[in-house]
Amino acid sequence: MDYITNNSVSKLGINLKFNPTNKRNIINSLLSLLATIFASIAVIPLLLVIGYILIKGGAQISISLFTQLPSPPGDDLGAGGIGNAIQGTFIITILATLIAVPIGVGGGIYLAEYSKNGSFAKFIRFGVNVLSGVPSIIAGVFIYGMIVSTRLILGSNFSATAGSIALSILMLPTIIKTTDEGLKLVSDNLRKGALSLGATKFTSITRITLPSAFNAIATGIILSIARAAGETAPLIFTALFSYYWADSNSLLNPIASLSVLIYNFALEPYEAQNQLAWAASFVLIILVLFLSMLSRWLSRLASR
Amino acid sequence: MSYNMNTCISFENVSIKYGGFDAVRNLYLDIPKGKVTALIGPSGCGKSTVLRSINRMNDLIVGCTITGRVLYEGIDLYSPEIDPVEVRRMIGMVFQQPNPFPKSIYENIAFGARINGYTGNMDQLVEESLKKAAVWEECKDKLNESGCSLSGGQQQRLCIARTIATQPDVILMDEPCSALDPISTLKIEETMHELKKEYTIIIVTHNMQQAVRVSDMTAFYNAEAKGGGTGKVGYLVEFNDTEKIFNSPKQQATKDYISGRFG
Amino acid sequence: MNTESKPIFKLRKRSDTEKLIDKSFKGLALIMANSVALILFAIFLVIFSGSTESMARYGLQFITTSDWNPVLDNYGAFTAIYGTITTSILSLLIAVPLGVGSAIFITEDFVPIKIRNLVSNLIELLAAIPSVVLGLWAIFIMEPFLRPFFLFLNKFLGWLPIFGSEPIGPGIAPAIIILAIMILPIITSISRDSLNQVPQNLRLAAYGVGATRWTTIFIVILPAAISGIIGGILLALGRAMGETMAVTMIIGNSNNFSWSLLAPGNTISALLANQFGEADGSQVSSLMYAGFILMILTLLVNIFAQWLVKKIRLKY
Repeated sequence: MDYITNNSVSKLGINLKFNPTNKRNIINSLLSLLATIFASIAVIPLLLVIGYILIKGGAQISISLFTQLPSPPGDDLGAGGIGNAIQGTFIITILATLIAVPIGVGGGIYLAEYSKNGSFAKFIRFGVNVLSGVPSIIAGVFIYGMIVSTRLILGSNFSATAGSIALSILMLPTIIKTTDEGLKLVSDNLRKGALSLGATKFTSITRITLPSAFNAIATGIILSIARAAGETAPLIFTALFSYYWADSNSLLNPIASLSVLIYNFALEPYEAQNQLAWAASFVLIILVLFLSMLSRWLSRLASR
Repeated sequence: MSYNMNTCISFENVSIKYGGFDAVRNLYLDIPKGKVTALIGPSGCGKSTVLRSINRMNDLIVGCTITGRVLYEGIDLYSPEIDPVEVRRMIGMVFQQPNPFPKSIYENIAFGARINGYTGNMDQLVEESLKKAAVWEECKDKLNESGCSLSGGQQQRLCIARTIATQPDVILMDEPCSALDPISTLKIEETMHELKKEYTIIIVTHNMQQAVRVSDMTAFYNAEAKGGGTGKVGYLVEFNDTEKIFNSPKQQATKDYISGRFG
Repeated sequence: MNTESKPIFKLRKRSDTEKLIDKSFKGLALIMANSVALILFAIFLVIFSGSTESMARYGLQFITTSDWNPVLDNYGAFTAIYGTITTSILSLLIAVPLGVGSAIFITEDFVPIKIRNLVSNLIELLAAIPSVVLGLWAIFIMEPFLRPFFLFLNKFLGWLPIFGSEPIGPGIAPAIIILAIMILPIITSISRDSLNQVPQNLRLAAYGVGATRWTTIFIVILPAAISGIIGGILLALGRAMGETMAVTMIIGNSNNFSWSLLAPGNTISALLANQFGEADGSQVSSLMYAGFILMILTLLVNIFAQWLVKKIRLKY
């Protein structure tokens, strides 16, 4: 009976005791500590950025911020607002979505439902990956060269339309990819079921498979909207900026946006402008984070 | 419980839970040294869970808790001062699915030996281990090829060789043949006959002929549905010499299980 | 029963409209899919044709000279090309250990799952913050905060050319740090996903022969996940090269070449963002030429990333 020991060394000399001074165990603990430190460092910038934006931008929030136009440089602190930039961001983003969604969803449908794994689909999927790697500033240069400098759209040069088209190029890869992948996840049995009833491919896609993949596709669309709403580089020489409210002619004229306002006003030497940039960052961050959360929530819904 | 020098692993009132659900309840079992002990029973009775508790593999499963004592050579394996890595170096394991490392055959063997601080002739160790696991003939000309290029049966024998190379005291085998064809199974059983001369082997199997062919002792596990209907709790029905379990079982449940499957 | 109810299935024979809808839907989808190729081709064409004038004038000299002078109408993009490459590679040096380390932290279990999920979500949230907002933060908060550290580097390591100038505010070094912050989420999330995909079997095998946690990570887990991790790193490199706003706002936009990381510098994308709006004539062409070089660089990195991921994945 007394053969049982209460320590971790058996009568036969087998030692299973954890030895913290053992080289192996020291290295192990050090590496775990290191990984923990790295993860902490990785989280710090986010907390700092969000913290500063909420404090410095949140302090500027007032009704007039949303209802007034930005004041000219050199004006008093606290004067002026970013109303037209908020309006402009909505207009440009919505227009870009209207352009990108039909093309993106249509392309995704072709890849997933018609072409499957043919060489054409492989080629286009490769193209989608390449396009998603194109720097956003290049999209701006492209639209400048293609539309702005050539006055392609009704003779206008810098315009909301040109800015929206530039943004839509950046949204396209995300939408195609999520549509393609969302549709591929829909069980083939559903398709076979619809086709065996004599449904056309069109009916099968629009009535059966698209609704099944709706959440996945919506996730991708919202994600791409969130990204587009914060984009600046493609807008600075396509949509440019404006100090006035958008009106019925604005689609063919320069238009303000939150992101370009932040860029322009951050580099101004005036305190009042800098503060408007912080306020615009606050509004933009809230908008973008709301959209990201929405897409996350949808994707969780989709994976259920 | 008669605890003596011939006992290798001893379970004392062991219960294992997965996130609040009982998987195994109140297990008492003494596994003898230097023999092959088979754990048999219907699926879901917790025999693999019991096996994994012997080398603390359950540590890797989130929410798995254990109460009672698992003793190895009289040492409580779940005492807080135990280093699970040391435990696994003494008690090796062969898994249900062959899982060679995505490295060369040679490296598959050498890896374990090296991290266990082996300083001898590595070429010799690789050759001996592969020979003991009866896979040397198939491997000797392609030691530098990936372990994953072998067939399923050969992969499993490579995994056995890998375990032997670390020179453990006990080898645990979790349904080692369930993913294999009959010919590979036969070869692995032959390997086990060789191995039992040197090691204590504990094998979980759902194949009763296999238990009869390879084991000296057999423990029969059963599972009863729990009140709530969620999951089953495993318990030990009978433990004895393999011959007695299969020829003259004392418990009716054992008799039913054996005859049902043999019929 | 009504005897006249014979056309119950009046669509048994498909009408021409239905066939037309089916066909035109497919055709429309095909056009949409082709639009990707079309856009890529158009981007290439517009930027290439826009830069031909400058290409003909400067040729490869454009890449090797660093005199960018709109007044004298003479252009060389070496400073910007050098800036693009150094900032992206140095930011990678910071972000890779942090990102892969964080991914290991998230996928291993030395802290409870709730903390790991929180860290994982926070890092992903970082990816959602617009570049221009990070730039604003970098100008007003990060750079003033880091300046004493840069001064220290200059004071004690100033004999090294890379710290050889006194920091004056905007510069290459703060641009590298903001870039590292921006690409961190890509590296972390792709590494995390690849680590999660390593079969549990391999982990069991290593633990089964008595390997410690970190032996298992280094010898078994990381090698099995390496294709995804490298793919993620290369994607991050491509992103860093093309990243515009935050860099433009903090790098100082100087076309005078300097070895010092503490001095102001430029990148191709910052050059474009700064000058494109007000450029005309041959300056536009030279900017297009620089943009063409940026496009080729990111294209090569991205294609290499895709090729590598495919190639390494085949091995396992």
